[in-house]
Amino acid sequence: MEKQWYTISVYSENNVGLLNRISGIFLKRHINIEGLNVSKSEIEGVSKFTIVIFTTEDWTRKIVHQIEKQIEVIKAFYHTDDDIIYQESALFKIASHLLFDERQIQNIIKESNSQIVTVNREFFVLAKTGRRHEIDEMHNALEPYGIMQFVRSGRIAVTKAAMPISELLTEFQEN
Amino acid sequence: METLKAEKKEKKQETTMRITGAEALIHCLLAEGVDLIYGYPGGAIMPVYDELYKFQDKLTHILTRHEQGAAHAAQGYARVTGRVGVAMATSGPGATNLVTGIADAQIDSTPMVCITGQVTRSLLGSDAFQETDIVGISTPVTKWNYQITRVEEIPEIMAKAFYIARSGRPGPVLVDITKNAQFDELDFKYEKCTGVRSYKPVPAPDSLAIEKAAELINNAKKPYIIFGQGVILGEAEAELKALVEKGGIPAAWTILGLSAMETDHPLNVGMVGMHGNYGPNVLTNECDVLIAIGMRFDDRVTGNLATYAKQAKIIHFEIDPAEVNKNVKVDVAVMGNAKETLGMLLPLINKNEHKDWLAEFDKKHQIEFETVIQKDIHPTKEGLTMGEVMEQINIATGNNAVIVSDVGQHQMIACRYAKFKETKSNITSGGLGTMGFGLPAAIGAKMGAMDREVVAIIGDGGYQMTIQEMGVIFQHNVPVKIVVLNNDHLGMVRQWQELFFESRYASTVMTNPDFVKIAEGYHIKARRVVQRSELKDAVEEMIASKDPYFLEVKVEKEDNVFPMIPTGASVADIRLK
Ligand SMILES: Cc1cc2nc3c(=O)[nH]c(=O)nc-3n(C[C@H](O)[C@H](O)[C@H](O)COP(=O)(O)OP(=O)(O)OC[C@H]3O[C@@H](n4cnc5c(N)ncnc54)[C@H](O)[C@@H]3O)c2cc1C
Ligand SMILES: Cc1ncc(C[n+]2csc(CCOP(=O)(O)OP(=O)(O)O)c2C)c(N)n1
Ligand SMILES: [Mg+2]
Repeated sequence: MEKQWYTISVYSENNVGLLNRISGIFLKRHINIEGLNVSKSEIEGVSKFTIVIFTTEDWTRKIVHQIEKQIEVIKAFYHTDDDIIYQESALFKIASHLLFDERQIQNIIKESNSQIVTVNREFFVLAKTGRRHEIDEMHNALEPYGIMQFVRSGRIAVTKAAMPISELLTEFQEN
Repeated sequence: METLKAEKKEKKQETTMRITGAEALIHCLLAEGVDLIYGYPGGAIMPVYDELYKFQDKLTHILTRHEQGAAHAAQGYARVTGRVGVAMATSGPGATNLVTGIADAQIDSTPMVCITGQVTRSLLGSDAFQETDIVGISTPVTKWNYQITRVEEIPEIMAKAFYIARSGRPGPVLVDITKNAQFDELDFKYEKCTGVRSYKPVPAPDSLAIEKAAELINNAKKPYIIFGQGVILGEAEAELKALVEKGGIPAAWTILGLSAMETDHPLNVGMVGMHGNYGPNVLTNECDVLIAIGMRFDDRVTGNLATYAKQAKIIHFEIDPAEVNKNVKVDVAVMGNAKETLGMLLPLINKNEHKDWLAEFDKKHQIEFETVIQKDIHPTKEGLTMGEVMEQINIATGNNAVIVSDVGQHQMIACRYAKFKETKSNITSGGLGTMGFGLPAAIGAKMGAMDREVVAIIGDGGYQMTIQEMGVIFQHNVPVKIVVLNNDHLGMVRQWQELFFESRYASTVMTNPDFVKIAEGYHIKARRVVQRSELKDAVEEMIASKDPYFLEVKVEKEDNVFPMIPTGASVADIRLK
């Protein structure tokens, strides 16, 4: 089966040990987590994990079942890139003199639609939100001039289709 | 009025009392109906042991001689009773010694609650004396685990622990309790857990899937059932039997499903898998509808998946969504508790017989009987076989003992030849294959079923992994019957070396101690059999004994277990020799 990118959304109770349990599921199968983000969700008291992996659909489905099996997991879904709206964020720390010495830098900032978060004598910081390839492009463009620090976040995503978590929770409680 | 007031006050006292966490823990156990636990004390769990001392008339604690023994004893108890087994240990090494038993319970879906002591909350993360991250360590091998650091958490977490351990697909739960939470006081009130909002233990049955399954079964010419431990865990034995009989469907078992249906039933065709019977394996690849009930298509059962039952439509009765289409792609998945789903299926099944199809099992059985079984249970050569010992035990117990086996050749022989009339009677370590399981599990099994004969069948290798539990048998006079089938080898591994490594016996030959003397050292009646002529009498004497009894049988050193599906081979290519 063909490998591709899958985004897994996990709705769960807030629990300290759960991240360990979930990451163990990937570890055991030698599947690398390419992106991981944990945040609160649209439902009070419910957390959401967004996990990105590159593998086959068969593995993804099995992993999602294993995740769902964990007691504190309410529901897990997997999506292809077509099913979701997704973004990543990145920060670039760059030496301030480049802003004046290298005219191209200003063009890159404009073209990439990134924002300057802070500027001081030594460095300035650019923030960029977008698809992975957009961030990669910006990285490539800036790299020749020197990047002092770079960091990119895990993917965050929302689905085009509805995710009926609240309904599920009431259903669970009624059972 | 005065009395009414007094009564009210008393009532209130009944519902909440001001007690320590350690005492609260005991009340939780009592509220869950626990009357027996296995464990080993130490610093971080001492407050609880102090309460166990005070409550010893209500709650029996059995001191095993190693924490692994406590876990396996709790498993043996759980497997024979269907109730939650409880094991307890101190922090650090006590907790880590439980891990093998927990992993075993996880893969074999055994309901168990393990309670470990932990260093006091303020010391967590400081590498304090006997601090170990048991929650981290046990995460991959528990259904759920939790560290209690505040006394108020005890009732709710314990209730949840028992609920999770026994509901749905059962499994082990570990609760780690810091010492401060054992010492501190709380207003204790216990409410049983009836649900966890993020956890759905049993999927709702889908009547459409059940109709589809019925249609496939009714139209099948060669239907074939393979049942597993799910039937026992879901207590669906009666429904299974009804299906088998109504549909006239031959049924085979996995070793964890063994005893869910009486062995002598005419439609019980035997064992599947690596060392299973010839017909049940070969005919897996000839049936037209394969009905898997409460079994998970373990690789020891399926052999090479690429050639497994490709010709058949497959129906899977399963409680755990993660097991469906995991190893074998199925045509119809019937989710839910097998007891319920089989119950819904039954009225839709047409009465039927499949005489020609059944005759094929008989034919294959005849072949296996002549080439393998005959020689195993009625040998003509000089050396004793494991099979004939098993046969004698069947005769002496009237096919109605609880058989607890360890892991190895003797385990396969026990599963192949032991006969059963009652369910929950075959107790063995299946998924983990834990040597050392047998002796402590037999203790737990006997204590869970005092009215039944419990016979442990153990190899000379595995026996020495938990031999110290003879101390428990002696101290509490637990009347288990222990049979060590001594071939002076790690027989199962030696067999593989003979067949696949050109007989290079790397570290599988053992020079063994005098097992009879060791048993006698524990003041347990013991006997050794080296000749066939003594066997029958010795087994009878053992079964007749009211006290624990140890029997060593010196068997042929280099016998092999057949049939056998070599690793990677197809079920159809099972070897008879
Ligand atoms: C040396 C050695 C050799 C072995 N050789 C063999 C062999 O030849 N043959 C063999 O069979 N095994 C063999 N085994 C054991 C094997 O490894 C597996 O443990 C065994 O096959 C699993 O059986 P199972 O699927 O029935 O049970 P389990 O592993 O317990 O699986 C039970 C299944 O039933 C489901 N279930 C649970 N409750 C319910 C319910 N209420 N309703 C519906 N479904 C439910 C569970 O979710 C699970 O999928 C061997 C083991 C060892 C150590
Ligand atoms: C704890 C553990 N270690 C190693 C093994 C691998 N193993 C499987 S069977 C076996 C040999 C068992 O020997 P024995 O107990 O004498 O039984 P026999 O096969 O001779 O009947 C071994 C070493 C295991 N299953 N469990
Ligand atoms: Mg041996």
